[in-house]
Parts: sequence; structure tokens; C-alpha cells
Amino acid sequence: MTWISIIISGIITYFSRMAMVALIDRDMLGAKVKEVLNYVPAAVFPAIIFPGVFFNDFGYLVEPSDPKIYGAIIALVVGFYSRNVIATIVSGLLSYWFIIFFLLK
Amino acid sequence: MLSKSKIFVKGTIAVLPHMLSVIPFGIITGAIGVELGFDPLLVYATSLIIFGGASQIIFMQLLSGGASSLIAITSVGVINSRHLLYGAVLSEYLEKLSFLKKLIISYFIVDQGFAESNKYIKQNSNISNPHYYILGTGVTLWLCWQLSTISGIILGSFIPEELGLKFAIPLTFLAIVVNDLRKLDHVFVMLVSGFASLILFDAPFKSYIILSPIVALSAAFLMLRLKK
Repeated sequence: MTWISIIISGIITYFSRMAMVALIDRDMLGAKVKEVLNYVPAAVFPAIIFPGVFFNDFGYLVEPSDPKIYGAIIALVVGFYSRNVIATIVSGLLSYWFIIFFLLK
Repeated sequence: MLSKSKIFVKGTIAVLPHMLSVIPFGIITGAIGVELGFDPLLVYATSLIIFGGASQIIFMQLLSGGASSLIAITSVGVINSRHLLYGAVLSEYLEKLSFLKKLIISYFIVDQGFAESNKYIKQNSNISNPHYYILGTGVTLWLCWQLSTISGIILGSFIPEELGLKFAIPLTFLAIVVNDLRKLDHVFVMLVSGFASLILFDAPFKSYIILSPIVALSAAFLMLRLKK
């Protein structure tokens, strides 16, 4: 049963990857839709970022002083000025670790 | 003109920084599956057949918690439906390919690969083989995902939980969008998406992952109309 569930989940997931690429003719999308598609990264990724920063493992809002919030702010500033992916991630992690291992201990 | 292999390698290099979050996440995914009591082969099959980090963990957690297959499958479908949006964006660059090539490339469409490809191809609209860049990002992420889940399955979660490496996941996506903060219209759409995700977080089947982008894209649509 579990195997069948994995296979069905796999087919659905593959379909979500393939449908717009292989089955839809691009001319079917109007100019307005194409313009809106420019915002896909801006529309999708914050929905992963915000809960990851502002919720804890149990799905509750964290305190305003949570280390994750400071880490995210530092990553944001470093990323904005450096335009560098590694610098963004590493600065966020390091500042987060600095707070939880040194400041809070 | 860049050769096909050079474009592929450029894609590979572009996603390497994201390994900081992909590899720990993969190890955790493999380890959680085994801890929940699933057969190691089955845990790995989720990486090969479903190939979508968060959805794999939720799938296994639901089934081990006694949820029905229907609920587990629905959750995977809802979480992964965001790929429809990636496909809609990438289809522009894949238009000229044969149907078979489209089918193959589709398997490799992943969050970070989509984001880096979209960024690169927009900036280098003159390249003739953009799909090699997409493949470079996708195949690299795929390979690292397979290897890291396998190592998590075999070695268990050997990354100490105290490190809180889960936090690398929002950071990796922050790194993707941070450059767009220079554009006010993008900032507006990001804020709509972010706040929508906080409000909709408890919606069933983790549907906030697709509902928030829909709300944000609707806001973008309205914004474009008002601008004119």
C-alpha cells in the first residue's frame, strides 16, 4: 500500500513539473499572464521563508527576540549588499549560531 | 557563444551554494524516514520517485502517524503543486525542444534550480541552449539530494540537532529573492506572500505553500492593472 502511495505521489509530482512545460502551448497564455509570471519567485519563496523564520517547530509564532529573526535580518542585509548566495546563507547561519551558542548560553 | 557543456557547468556552479541547505535537509529526510520505521528502500524510493524534500518528510510522517494514503497523497500533491508555476515560467525557454526532451527536463525542475535558471536566463537572453543551464542546476541538485538522503538512511541523522540546520532552508530561499528587494513591485508581492503564509499556515494539507503564491500573484495582477 505504501509503495502504491509513493508511486501515485510521484506521478502527481511529476505531472506538476511537466504539465506546463510539455502539455501547455505558451501561446495559450495571454500577455497579462506572462507579465504576472515575472513575479513567480517573489510570490513563491516568501511563503517558504516567512514560516521558516517566524514559526517554531510546533507551528507557533516565535518571540520577537528569537535568534532566527536576528539571523534572517543579518542574512538579508549581507545578501542585499553582497549579492552573493553563499555570503547570505553563511552570515545568517553564523549569526544564528553565535546567538544560540554564545549569547544565550 | 558558450558550448552546451559550459552552460551545463554554469548551472551546476550556480546551485552549489545551495548545497549548504540541500545536503543537511537530505540527510535529515533520509534519517527521519528510517526513524519513523520505514523500510530503507522505501525511504529512498521517495527521493527517487517523488523527489521533493518537504513533501517526502510530510508523506512519511502522515503515513506513520496513521493517516490514510489518500491524505498523504493529497498533501504531496498540494505541496508540490508550486512546480506548476515554475513550469509556466520555464516553458518559455523550453518551447523549441522536442516533446521527449521536455519530458526528461521536467523531472529535474526543483526550487533552487528554477530560481537560479530563471535569473541567469533573464540576464543572458541571447544564449541558444538555455535548457542546458536548467539541466545543470537540476541534475546537480538531484544528485546531491539522492546522495544525501542515502547517507541519512545509512548513517542516521549524524548532524547534531542542536545546530538547528533547518534554519538553512529559509536562508537559502532568502538568498534567492534578496536581490529583488531592490524592486519595489517585487517587494510588495513578497510581503503579500509572506504575510499570507503566516495567516494561512494552518490551512489543511499544508496548502499555504500554494495558496500564498496564488494570493500574491493575484495581488501582482491587480497592481499591474492599477499601474496602467
